[in-house]
Amino acid sequence: MSQTYNSPRETTEGRIYSVTGGDWDDLVTEIGSTQEERVVVNMGPQHPSTHGVLRLILELEGETVTEARCGIGYLHTGIEKNTEYRSWTQGVTFVTRMDYLSPMFNEAAYCLAVEKLLGITDQIPERATLIRVMMMEFNRISSHLVCLGTGGLELGAITPMFFAFREREMILDIFEMASGLRMNTAYIRPGGLANDLPADAIPKIREAVKTIRKNLKDNEKMLVGNSIWMKRTANVAHLDLAGCIALGVTGPVLRATGMPWDLRKTQPYCGYENFEFDVVTADTADAYGRFMIRVYEMEQSLRIIEQVLDRLEPGPVMVGDKKIAWPSQLSLGGDGLGNSLDHIREIMGTSMEALIHHFKLVTEGFRVPAGQVYAAVESPRGELGAHIISDGGTRPYRVHFREPSFNNLQSTAAMCEGSLVADVIAAVASIDPVMGGVDR
Amino acid sequence: MSDIAKHNMNSENAGMFGVSGTGDTSGYGGLQKRKIQIGSTERPFGGYFDDVVDGLERAYPGFNDAIEQVVVDRGELTLHVRRANLVEVAKFLRDDLKFEMCLGVSGAHYPDEIGRELRALYPLLSLTRNQRIRIEVAAPDNDPHIPSVVEIWAGNNWHERETYDMFGIIFDGHPALTRIFMPDDWSGHPQRKDYPLGGIPVEYKGATVPPPSDRRVYR
Repeated sequence: MSQTYNSPRETTEGRIYSVTGGDWDDLVTEIGSTQEERVVVNMGPQHPSTHGVLRLILELEGETVTEARCGIGYLHTGIEKNTEYRSWTQGVTFVTRMDYLSPMFNEAAYCLAVEKLLGITDQIPERATLIRVMMMEFNRISSHLVCLGTGGLELGAITPMFFAFREREMILDIFEMASGLRMNTAYIRPGGLANDLPADAIPKIREAVKTIRKNLKDNEKMLVGNSIWMKRTANVAHLDLAGCIALGVTGPVLRATGMPWDLRKTQPYCGYENFEFDVVTADTADAYGRFMIRVYEMEQSLRIIEQVLDRLEPGPVMVGDKKIAWPSQLSLGGDGLGNSLDHIREIMGTSMEALIHHFKLVTEGFRVPAGQVYAAVESPRGELGAHIISDGGTRPYRVHFREPSFNNLQSTAAMCEGSLVADVIAAVASIDPVMGGVDR
Repeated sequence: MSDIAKHNMNSENAGMFGVSGTGDTSGYGGLQKRKIQIGSTERPFGGYFDDVVDGLERAYPGFNDAIEQVVVDRGELTLHVRRANLVEVAKFLRDDLKFEMCLGVSGAHYPDEIGRELRALYPLLSLTRNQRIRIEVAAPDNDPHIPSVVEIWAGNNWHERETYDMFGIIFDGHPALTRIFMPDDWSGHPQRKDYPLGGIPVEYKGATVPPPSDRRVYR
């Protein structure tokens, strides 16, 4: 009997054996035949199929899950607290790191809220808004691709991962071309964008859209109607409309119940009311339906991107108000994104006022009138809301993010209790939680 | 708490860099900026807000007692609800005014507003009517209790745990109010204003960069 791996201990609930390895037979011998037996299994936080550092605490009866609880917080980094110690513009750099698979949405929600506080929502240049929409839709595709790819991987299907990451790479290249960064782009800023697209961007993006549309078919063929895939996902992790509403669940999980709730349609922001696209729904309320919604939503996102490309006109990408607009001009040099040398020459050599202005805005930042707002966007996972309070200073007083991953992960228990252990994986994969967003 | 952090909590803005007196020669040092308190709004509130407030007033007999303030600011309606009446109001909002979804609860800490230091803010969403409102509930620091709305909106379970963890607001009636992000044996509630950000000074080639909370601030 190896005492290093398992040791009994008396608690108020009876004798508990903690097992972290070793031979199961040894344990069975030591327990003997007790009257009551509950097996509680920790799945995670270091488990490849828990979608990041998620710990699932499962109580099992044979292979059936009788109780499921989530342990979270392993990725808590205090992003909300940190933003209270930086300027409003620096906040973008923090919030983009929350849900690391949808940085553009984090930035957009934050910036829309700050702009609402400033009262400059109507002054954001058309070009900036259009590029925001385009980047968000590209981001939706790349996020859905990761969901489908890793979701497939977690259920034992390896090929969707290869296809998904092939297309995702092209999208990350577009992010890199525009912002200099593949993830955590900090591209959307209060007032507009960090910088404009490079001159040769539009043809490149058109080319990419064409290729992505063609290649997405590969994954569609892999997943839609695939009988093995359906055996793992259809009628699994059921959550109906009433359950979704009670638990505050939004996004593909809600749309899989047949409810066409998409903030882009119901409460449009960033001019989404001017685009033609369909809200994809399913009526199965199961994991398969959620995956199918993601497959078809990517096509809708491509439609929106094409409409953006048709409408893009040259123009400014930052609000005209020089008391708010970020003063630096960035350009992509040989060593990465940095201050444009022409701009530095101009402010250092020709205009003292511009230099003072630059210094004041960069070190001190702008003041935001006191008040509180809530701005929501439809992220790939559901309603992402930024609740921001200002006390009138140069730093946020409080930044809170209503993270769809955090909220939707609550429904794990409702989806999994009574199902098999293997279905827990499918359920969590179909919620598509990103732990960076859950824990913030 | 550092001196700078104390400065941050003042409700009045004066001077720069935390310097008081004559330390500043830029001309900005003499500026005094009072923070504006956003007061109650008078009718009409505009848009669907009138319908919501009228509807609640009709449906809920204790309206005048329970609703301390109705604020419309930047196109958003906030109902300030007395904490004793929160659950009743929530029930009417859900059942009669069709705010089926509560999008969680976020906290805020105002150490200077004595007796109303802690706030819980609930964004509500009506899928049926496509409307949004917000409820704000205040509690004093020395009695940080607010009734839980988990029995009304089950999805608030984790959100209330988060707000308890971060602000120390105790949601009475919550089925299992435990910490959710911080370890179980953690002391303190990190997002309160009297909780320091922490961090260590970083030395680079002889110069020392203080942690973010101790750097100079512009107020």
